Amino acid sequence: MRLEQPPVIVGAAAVAGPVEAQGPLGHEFDQTYPDLTIGQTSFEKAERQMMIDACNLALKRAGIEEKPPAVDYFLAGDLLNQLITASFSGLEVGVPMYGLYGACSTFSEALAIGAKLIDGGFADRVLCAVSSHNGAAERQYRYPTEYGSQKKPYAQHTVTGAGAVVLAAGGEGPRITYCTTGKVVDFGIADPFNQGAAMAPAAVDTIEAHLKDTGRSVDYYDLIVTGDLASFGYKMAVRLAAERNLTLGQNYRDCGVMVYDLSRQNVNAGGSGCASSAIVTCGHLLKEMARGRLRRLLVVSTGSLFSPTSFQQGESIPTIAHAVALEA
Amino acid sequence: MTIREGTSQPTQRSLYKQMVARSEPAPPKLRNAVMAFVSGGLVCTLGEGITDFWERVLRISHKQAADPTVVTLVFLASLLTGLGYFDKLARHAGAGLAVPVTGFANAMTASAMEFKREGLVFGIGGRMFQLAGAVIVYGVVTAFAVGIATGIARLVR
Repeated sequence: MRLEQPPVIVGAAAVAGPVEAQGPLGHEFDQTYPDLTIGQTSFEKAERQMMIDACNLALKRAGIEEKPPAVDYFLAGDLLNQLITASFSGLEVGVPMYGLYGACSTFSEALAIGAKLIDGGFADRVLCAVSSHNGAAERQYRYPTEYGSQKKPYAQHTVTGAGAVVLAAGGEGPRITYCTTGKVVDFGIADPFNQGAAMAPAAVDTIEAHLKDTGRSVDYYDLIVTGDLASFGYKMAVRLAAERNLTLGQNYRDCGVMVYDLSRQNVNAGGSGCASSAIVTCGHLLKEMARGRLRRLLVVSTGSLFSPTSFQQGESIPTIAHAVALEA
Repeated sequence: MTIREGTSQPTQRSLYKQMVARSEPAPPKLRNAVMAFVSGGLVCTLGEGITDFWERVLRISHKQAADPTVVTLVFLASLLTGLGYFDKLARHAGAGLAVPVTGFANAMTASAMEFKREGLVFGIGGRMFQLAGAVIVYGVVTAFAVGIATGIARLVR
């Protein structure tokens, strides 16, 4: 969908946990924390603090100092049951809010919905935020954090961090020009440790739909990034795209691979989680756009929509990907 | 192989699953097996040492010393879990630490620690057996079945 009056990203911020801070993009994040609890009594509270910090930093960048902030809506999402991070942060932010769940695709989902609210004339300024936390996600989806187990090489490491974006009807900054809403795709992958392979078809589907819809080619973009396919999912996405006569080449990368140094850090195939695409985009890619090194960017956040209940009952993993085009 | 539009959904799904299965990076099985053999062996050697220790200190038989040995190993594994070392060791040792009683102790302690924040009753009490519960349930069921079978075998003889 093309936006008639493309909304502008007037402020963005990324905050990240200790492992991410040691990654190749560590110096790009606006704030990093030395440990997983960041001075809170639980991982859940730590995640909430990160989301609030990211929102405050993004609002400051956008020049919005008043409390509660002068934004019309707060759109937020995370991975925890019943969206507790988003909702408790909403209490702190104190503006009208919609909680969003698209698993790890929530970042581009929030951007797309925020952009449409503005383009439709329903809002002047929207604050979007997403977060994920390794410890909080591990205990909810997998095992207690101190449980000793060997992970498969294609398993992924949930990114600890939060990203926030302030969208406005006018101003200086990159614009959101196109949104492509993904369909739920399920190619039958049922292994919850292999989310990259499960999500790759959704990513390819959405990229294909986006190119068809806009009439653009892959080369139109300086960079296309998927959210959190990690190294194995990335490989599968490239191969699946090739099967469909779509060549994803040099200008295609994955945020889950970019956020860590896979050879040096103990993260298996790479990152996952809402924060993967959020902190790479807010922390690194938007800054690259400001530096003039990127002009046209397509962010395709990918989400696997399973729950511990659904996979324990033997169901495969439904997945989704949403694309937003950012242009300087 | 083509996973194009127009191909039916089930065909696309099965072709994709084949493609994924063929290219999935395999875990380093040989290395894992060797590490498990060595680390499991070390745990057992340590266990033997502890048994000898209790045998001498408490002046009990070798068989009787097995009980305090299990307690000691559980204590050590729980301590390492609490200090945050166990998961790092287990990443390399794998089955070598998971199969002996150390794995069981880790599963219990890690769950208890993790859910401490949900309170004493519903947190620690309710969730402590989240991972280890299956071991206990099926351990008891197996022991029961073996007990019945042995009983019948004795009656027949």
